[in-house]
Amino acid sequence: MGDFSKKVDAFLDAFINQNGYAKVLEGLQNTLLIAVLGLVIGILIGTVIAIVRVLPKYKVLPRVLNGICSFYVGLFRGTPIVVQLLVFYYVMLPLLGLRISSVNVAIIVFGLNSGAYISEIMRSGILSVDHGQMEAGRAVGLSYWTTMLKIVIPQAVKNILPTLGNEFIALIKETSVVSFVGATDLYIAFNMIGSNSYEFMVPYLVMALIYIVLVLLISLGIKIMERSLRKSDRRH
Amino acid sequence: MIDVINLQKSFGSNQVLKGIDIKIEKGDIMCVIGPSGSGKSTFLRCLNCMEDPTGGQIIFNGVDIADFKVDINIHRRHMGMVFQHFNLFNNKTVIQNIMLAPVLVGLQDLKKAKRQNSFIKLTNLLRSSKMKKDLVAITTSKAEIKQQAKENAMALLNRIGLADKADVYPSTLSGGQKQRVAIVRALAMNPDVILFDEPTSALDPEMVGEVLDLMKQLAKEGMTMIIVTHEMGFAREVANRVLFIDDGQILESAPPAEFFGNPKNPRLKEFLSKVL
Ligand SMILES: Nc1ncnc2c1ncn2[C@@H]1O[C@H](COP(=O)(O)OP(=O)(O)O)[C@@H](O)[C@H]1O
Ligand SMILES: [Mg+2]
Repeated sequence: MGDFSKKVDAFLDAFINQNGYAKVLEGLQNTLLIAVLGLVIGILIGTVIAIVRVLPKYKVLPRVLNGICSFYVGLFRGTPIVVQLLVFYYVMLPLLGLRISSVNVAIIVFGLNSGAYISEIMRSGILSVDHGQMEAGRAVGLSYWTTMLKIVIPQAVKNILPTLGNEFIALIKETSVVSFVGATDLYIAFNMIGSNSYEFMVPYLVMALIYIVLVLLISLGIKIMERSLRKSDRRH
Repeated sequence: MIDVINLQKSFGSNQVLKGIDIKIEKGDIMCVIGPSGSGKSTFLRCLNCMEDPTGGQIIFNGVDIADFKVDINIHRRHMGMVFQHFNLFNNKTVIQNIMLAPVLVGLQDLKKAKRQNSFIKLTNLLRSSKMKKDLVAITTSKAEIKQQAKENAMALLNRIGLADKADVYPSTLSGGQKQRVAIVRALAMNPDVILFDEPTSALDPEMVGEVLDLMKQLAKEGMTMIIVTHEMGFAREVANRVLFIDDGQILESAPPAEFFGNPKNPRLKEFLSKVL
């Protein structure tokens, strides 16, 4: 045990005295930023794709859009996110001559990637809403889009909220690959602390604990949100 | 008011409506009966193009709404529809259910008028002072549209004795209450005609009466109604014409006394002997 407390001391020294905590805070901030903004972008993209995919398909335009969306979803679900990050950062950006910070690249790629996953979640959410809701909207003279946005999507979102929460947790976990393009996340921060103190056991243990706490907090948040939504159902 | 000419509808190779001709006048109460699967719902749903007809015409207030080029949403505002399974908006309270369409449609029209005015103002800049065009008169505002829709919805709820349910969600209502709300939701748009697709078929027997009573009231007030129903007593009492549809065709169309008292078509005779 004496050995372990020595390791803790070494960790604390690197964490407090050698600016380790600043790096950890930066990593935590990036992790959350990438996950939250990635989720927001993903929900926007996913909703648009989902609506396109449930459009009636007698006309040409919906069919073409549907084809494009299927390709997009297949592409982003069919390749590892690390590969997407690397290709975007080391292939696309130089080819396009763009300069974007690695954190922003990560936000964009996570948004595009989760958009593909969320589109499937959102689509099943839309399909889970009784078709009579759309019919009732159309019957009073509302357009397809108005009915979709005011009636169907709100009910779909409510149905898929738990699944969206899981997607957020998955995003948090997956952010641990952004160091591949040089973004500072929790892994980079604790890795630095480990290198500084020549000791990796405690830093990685603390890193694991931070991830666990993050995920537990988010799960709790989702539960609370679900409960309050259900309450609004029963309001008298 | 509605002139249906040689209406046809196929689902793939399955021809469900095989040429339906019928005229519906203002104030008509038309009941449609027939065996299940005969195309009654499809007929009704073609009238407001919930199903797009695959042949024929539906002339509503002088416009062929079966034509893909017409903006169907404009015409649907004047045709209410009541469904077997109510289809109240689950994410809206009772009063929101009733107000939603009047408010959205009112706001849409307001926006359109404003857009028109900005266009007129812009083009007026180029016109000589004598040639200036007048603006479209805007007599209402966002707040006023909402206020009016709310007052109207409240009056409708009072009428059906559900004012105290204004702020609850539909999931807390009984079937009969849901259907009555659905009927006043259709009324809130001041439609020229209301289409009913088996409005009492999903109800517990003790709730059928309250819904039929409301429909009778509407009939008395002169509302034009087309009602697919299995309630023969109701059809006999309230309708001024009854249609028998079988196999996608109108086989008999007559005033109720004649329809029930002296049916001519053999299939109708057989049908009536089974259900009466
Ligand atoms: N959306 C649809 N797609 C394919 N077939 C349909 C559809 N709607 C109705 N049908 C078919 O049309 C026929 C008539 O149905 P319907 O109009 O609902 O009859 P009814 O209301 O008289 O019971 C049935 O054979 C049914 O299977
Ligand atoms: Mg039917």
